[in-house]
Amino acid sequence: MNVQAIESARATQSATFAAAKGRVRIVDAVKIYGVQGGGGVLAVDHCTFDVPPGEITVVVGPSGCGKTTLLNAIAGFHSLSAGSIYLDDEMLCGPGKLKAEPGPDRVVVFQNGALFPWKTNIENITFGPVMQGIMSRAEANDKARAMMTDAGLRGIENNYPGEISSGVRRRVEIVRALMNDPKILLLDEPYRALDSLTKSVMHEALLEIFYKNRVTIFFITHDLEEAIFLGHRVVIMTTRPCKPKKILDIDIPHPRNYSVLTNKRFREFMEETAAAVHEEAIKAFDAGERER
Amino acid sequence: MSETKLTEFAGVVDQQAEQGSATKITSWALTMYRWSQWLQSPRPYLMVIGFAGFLGFWYLAVEVWKLPRFAEMPGPTQVFGEWFSKDPTYGLSVFTPEYYLHIWVSTRRIAIAFFLATAIGVPLGLFLGWSVRFKQYVFPVFELLRPIPPLAWVPLAIVMFRGSETPVIFLTFLASFYATALNTMLGVESIDVSFVRAASCLGAKRWQVFRHVIVPGALPFIFTGLQISVGVAWFSLVAGEMVSGQYGLGYLINTSYTMVRYPTIVIGMATLGIVGYATSAAIRLLGNYMMQWRMRELSLGAAR
Repeated sequence: MNVQAIESARATQSATFAAAKGRVRIVDAVKIYGVQGGGGVLAVDHCTFDVPPGEITVVVGPSGCGKTTLLNAIAGFHSLSAGSIYLDDEMLCGPGKLKAEPGPDRVVVFQNGALFPWKTNIENITFGPVMQGIMSRAEANDKARAMMTDAGLRGIENNYPGEISSGVRRRVEIVRALMNDPKILLLDEPYRALDSLTKSVMHEALLEIFYKNRVTIFFITHDLEEAIFLGHRVVIMTTRPCKPKKILDIDIPHPRNYSVLTNKRFREFMEETAAAVHEEAIKAFDAGERER
Repeated sequence: MSETKLTEFAGVVDQQAEQGSATKITSWALTMYRWSQWLQSPRPYLMVIGFAGFLGFWYLAVEVWKLPRFAEMPGPTQVFGEWFSKDPTYGLSVFTPEYYLHIWVSTRRIAIAFFLATAIGVPLGLFLGWSVRFKQYVFPVFELLRPIPPLAWVPLAIVMFRGSETPVIFLTFLASFYATALNTMLGVESIDVSFVRAASCLGAKRWQVFRHVIVPGALPFIFTGLQISVGVAWFSLVAGEMVSGQYGLGYLINTSYTMVRYPTIVIGMATLGIVGYATSAAIRLLGNYMMQWRMRELSLGAAR
């Protein structure tokens, strides 16, 4: 990242920090799949933690541990069995209303990408505001062009998602989410399918977008290095049923770039957490063996 | 922007810069490109060899070797001679207006039946796939009626509908309708739930999800269904025309059989093959036109 970008990031950081929004509180969340009592599977077990506003919170856990269940509950795709989730001061779901309504204040970026292949990139990006009827198509197009230029995506407006590389597709999807000015971005292992070189580019790109927009980010992954590199806060989950095993505040200063990976503090965090994550991975593996 | 990202996007941006801000790959240019690719590949030449082999075997079996089972059959020289004769022995060739009347009547029946099957089948399939409750009401009945062959409907069709035209159209419609509705339903069910969730996240209402996600998402399956549908329309049409109706290629084949005009039968059959192929090719073209995104993806794959 060049000096200019860092400078502008510092400038926006102080300006927007005061107005940071998108604090999510997860209180005693429980999710049981199937019939309660008989034959149900406990996916999320009395899970309580905070997602601080204007920061990146990364949830790490073995595949299939129930992280996505939690994200789906925040997004409003699934109900909780008990507990509640708050966004700023609004209760998304809780007693009496177990399923949140999906809405443009909490936009999800999906694991395998969910750009509509039948719409061009700019039609995808303008989808939110146009559907909600808060912008005319022309206004939306103008805003989309500006945001695409900002994110280094100029020139692919009228291409279809199938014509661009998967890395670029992820950026288009993030811009599509940001078009709605969401309080929080929910990223569900968005870089899982990318190769490690593209991934490293995408991490810096995500941070750059974050420094510009200061939107709260809730990021799910099973990659510890990714978690510590990106997160202000890293929540390590136990394997199914999932609940926080360890919550770390990563004090490596932002803005970060790829040189952080060789940083001593980064290594210390890796050492501190690797054992905990590995332990859960083994539990998950054993559980998987038993199920078969 | 960092150096690494610049290089990553340089390819995309350069390519775009050459084409101007808006991408101007027209479907026409793409079609021409695909044609030239096709002509450069061995496929058209293999196809010609295939036809030559088929006609050669027909010629040898019937006219040269006179194989036992083939001796009664009209040979290719006789059929083609009749087909393109200004003064056909059995009264039907490309120079007689009657020939085109048969084609026109059949095509018209197909067009009406296919239009009805699409107009009813696509919405029905969309709702079957979209609403679980609707499917629970309708699908069992649908699945019970579907295996009944159109021919079994002949008596009821004649009783139910007046005249000779509507029963034939009804029979043609039936098979088409099932194929279209079923494929459309499968198309809706094949849509990745992430697309629906993404749309609702972005604030789309239920009907907007239907219009912008369900319908375009099901299009590839819908067009597969339409291809099958137009094919089965032709064979139920011929069955219907053999039973009832006046004019039409099925009627032509049937009457030529009773009047022992064997070459005319083969002319009718060959014409069915050609017209049938033309209709499904037209559907395929329409599908490609409506699903530009797939064309672009495919052509990109081919160009690499």
